[in-house]
Amino acid sequence: MKKKPISTGSEWTFELIAEYDREIARIAAEFGLDTYPNQIEIITSEQMMDAYASIGMPLNYNHWSYGKQFVETHQNYKRGRMGLAYEIVINSDPCISYLMEENTITMQALVIAHACYGHNSFFKGNYLFKTWTDASAIIDYLLFAKSYISRCEERHGVTAVEELLDSCHALMNYGVNRYVRPQPLTTDEEKERQHAREEYIQRHINDLWNTIPKKEEGINPEITHFPKDPEENILYFIEKNAPLLEPWQREIVRIVRKISQYFYPQKQTQVMNEGWACFWHYTLLHQMHDEGLVTDGFMMEFLHSHTSVVYQPPFDSPYFNGVNPYTLGYNMMQDIKRICEAPTEEDRIWFPDIAGSDWKKTLDHAMRNYKDESFILQFLSPNLIRELRLFTIMDNAEKPNLAVTSIHDESGYRQVREDLAAQYNLGNREPNIQVYNVDVRGDRSLTLRHFMHNKQPLSDTSSEVLRHIHRLWGFEVHLESILPDGTVSKSVHCPEKVQPEETSTLI
Amino acid sequence: MSYIIDRRLNSKNKSTVNRQRFLRRYKKHIKGAVEEAVNNRSIKDIDQGGNVTIPRGDVSEPVFHHGEGGIRNKVFPGNKEFVVGDEFQRPQGGGGGGSGEGKASNKGEGEDDFTFQINQEEFLDFMFDGLELPYLVKKQLNNTTQYETRRAGFTNAGSPDKIHIVRSLKAAHARRIALTGKDRRAIRALKQEISALEPLLPNMEVEQKINKIHAEIECLSKKLKRVPFLDDFDIKYNNLIKVPVPSSKAVMFCIMDVSGSMTQSIKDMAKRFFILLYLFLKRNYKQIDVVFVRHHTHAKEVDEEEFFYSRETGGTIVSSALDLTSEIIEERYAPSDWNIYIAQASDGDNWDGDSSKCSQVLSESILKQVQYFAYVEITKGPHQNLWHEYEKMSSTWTDCFAMQQIREPSDIFPVFRSLFEKKVEGAA
Repeated sequence: MKKKPISTGSEWTFELIAEYDREIARIAAEFGLDTYPNQIEIITSEQMMDAYASIGMPLNYNHWSYGKQFVETHQNYKRGRMGLAYEIVINSDPCISYLMEENTITMQALVIAHACYGHNSFFKGNYLFKTWTDASAIIDYLLFAKSYISRCEERHGVTAVEELLDSCHALMNYGVNRYVRPQPLTTDEEKERQHAREEYIQRHINDLWNTIPKKEEGINPEITHFPKDPEENILYFIEKNAPLLEPWQREIVRIVRKISQYFYPQKQTQVMNEGWACFWHYTLLHQMHDEGLVTDGFMMEFLHSHTSVVYQPPFDSPYFNGVNPYTLGYNMMQDIKRICEAPTEEDRIWFPDIAGSDWKKTLDHAMRNYKDESFILQFLSPNLIRELRLFTIMDNAEKPNLAVTSIHDESGYRQVREDLAAQYNLGNREPNIQVYNVDVRGDRSLTLRHFMHNKQPLSDTSSEVLRHIHRLWGFEVHLESILPDGTVSKSVHCPEKVQPEETSTLI
Repeated sequence: MSYIIDRRLNSKNKSTVNRQRFLRRYKKHIKGAVEEAVNNRSIKDIDQGGNVTIPRGDVSEPVFHHGEGGIRNKVFPGNKEFVVGDEFQRPQGGGGGGSGEGKASNKGEGEDDFTFQINQEEFLDFMFDGLELPYLVKKQLNNTTQYETRRAGFTNAGSPDKIHIVRSLKAAHARRIALTGKDRRAIRALKQEISALEPLLPNMEVEQKINKIHAEIECLSKKLKRVPFLDDFDIKYNNLIKVPVPSSKAVMFCIMDVSGSMTQSIKDMAKRFFILLYLFLKRNYKQIDVVFVRHHTHAKEVDEEEFFYSRETGGTIVSSALDLTSEIIEERYAPSDWNIYIAQASDGDNWDGDSSKCSQVLSESILKQVQYFAYVEITKGPHQNLWHEYEKMSSTWTDCFAMQQIREPSDIFPVFRSLFEKKVEGAA
């Protein structure tokens, strides 16, 4: 039986939003989506720009780079060079979504389905988010971070704090534990333990630099390595071991590190997260249409923006800007559903365990247990590779030409799938740089090693970043690029070696 | 259960602090841009805000990236004709060639400089930086003009809330009269005809004639009915205009020595001085004329461009400029209608024997008519003869004559102090 449409016009009201939300929530629950409670906030475009400028968070500490971002966004928006996103959604409990007041009721409904039920359930269900982030504590932690940093500014001056933050931001991507689960954040604990930690760490580090000679018998030239194993979390290493940092500086390094850690899962699940949200807004709104809750006009408007979001321009189009994660994710989700519901012979060979299964369970399983890299490796089907006409180009700097290595044919499916998955492997995308050694007995210099992937060198900005590390570490810093066979292909130093040795300057 | 919250009324300027941090960090660049703007702009649109461009490299936040080189496998969508083994040349400019995603977008942006807008207040802040203006004064200068909305007749276009009903209906009525006059006259004539014919009834022929006239009348009345009661162009709207809050008019004379001894840097300093005076006047008067008079041995009224940037050589006779100013005042700016301000900038050099003539012109004609005469001597060396001559004057004309030596920009402000002091007294 068809119901009466909720609305027919394009204007939204709070009552309408509440009603749409109620219906979407009901349908989402019927489909088995498990979400945090929602907090839907209506904001203006200016507030949206503010939100952009503070990496989407409702509050954040102050830093000039956010001002720069704001100035840039503002300028581009004012000149009509870019539109603003329809929504921003924050991985918190309750899950906060921002809706822009400029949207029509159709867009608001789309955004509610997309963000408040799509992204929200992904945040709650995906293993990376579950492991690495604590949705209930993030807002409190940001509040703590903001007030702590502003107290530091009062005590130590804006410039000193700003310089420190600059250096930390340069290393933000290296402030992440990839393998060890981080401690959950709780503000009260943070506050209580912060003082104790300050003292403890300071004592601890002094221990490290203890000049009292060790017992003679223990001297063994091979155990001069510190840390014993290379450390991938450079900010963590600096927080714990940099000899000259003051307690408040360590605390700020820690704050940047924690926030970086919080965003780490988002970087690894872009395709899945967006694909999941697109799939569900599509499914939920179609269900509403089937029930007669929305009009045909509503669907036309919705489909118009849906198709432009999931459009993939071909590689030779002027609009081409890499593989569109929305397209890839959405199509893969739909493709999995298709494989479950109407598998072909090919699907049965490629996906014997999911062909013909319950699509809701299969999708739920995929959403919970994968990240982009593994998700693509597991679920990208030959059918979709054909549909998107994917192909791999090999760019070897040593050869003059680019070469097409695989395309959408029987012999290429696996290779294309592997290559695409590798493209989403953060370990390949970001240079693999680790703390290798500190010359504990000598000049206290810090040596980082860049383990090269496919012979890719570092870009010119590395020496800039090295200067930031030098500022944090306080003594000489070396960065060595290592080839797979263990030879050093290039090394960078800060301060630079050719110049006369400068005495280390500290913050 | 979801909570729906209206945040639109929350403050929208959450990024203000970050923006200020950003401006603070790039103060040097922005100051440079402002300085350039000050030099390139006309005095009259100095307080507009403006674009600031910073080289992209200076605002970058470095992180570790992969650079060019090495081996990369990159997957692209939309294959049309490629098969395995195809080779082609590496495209130039890094587009498709293959660096990682983050890198490519960064490179795309890297091309152009970082340009953004600063607003009027920020612009003035940067411009006044170094002049050491007291905060209160800055505030007063920054204040923008107050406008009030006034009715100014009616227009044919506007928003529905401004429709003037009586006017619209009047216009419609007039239109109806104008469009239907001829037909109504014809109907009237036909009706008269009928009444003339009626006494002849009953008569077959007459009856037929009357019927025919009736039909004609009906035809005409139908035509009348088709004229719309209210047409689009009948609708009149209240016209509201913004007018500056009423106040008096002022004229500002900029007098500058352009003889060979005035270098460009001295002129730039003078320009600051003139700008400040202009802004001060703009705050107090709604209509300001600016007259530029420059002189070497001989004075001339010129436009702003020529005033600041054309080069002249030769000696210096200051009195020629004062004479010309006095003439212009007489011709165009009657002291009863205009508040007259004169700002004179010079390096203090003057022809021997002319200085006494200057003080004569000033005290006999000019100073009686003006609100304020400010003289700045821009020189690092000892005072020149004009200064000594003027010094004598300042004791007799304390209320409207100020003079100051300017060695560096921070000296400009004290000249204005007396002006503001006068204002405060007036206010109290």
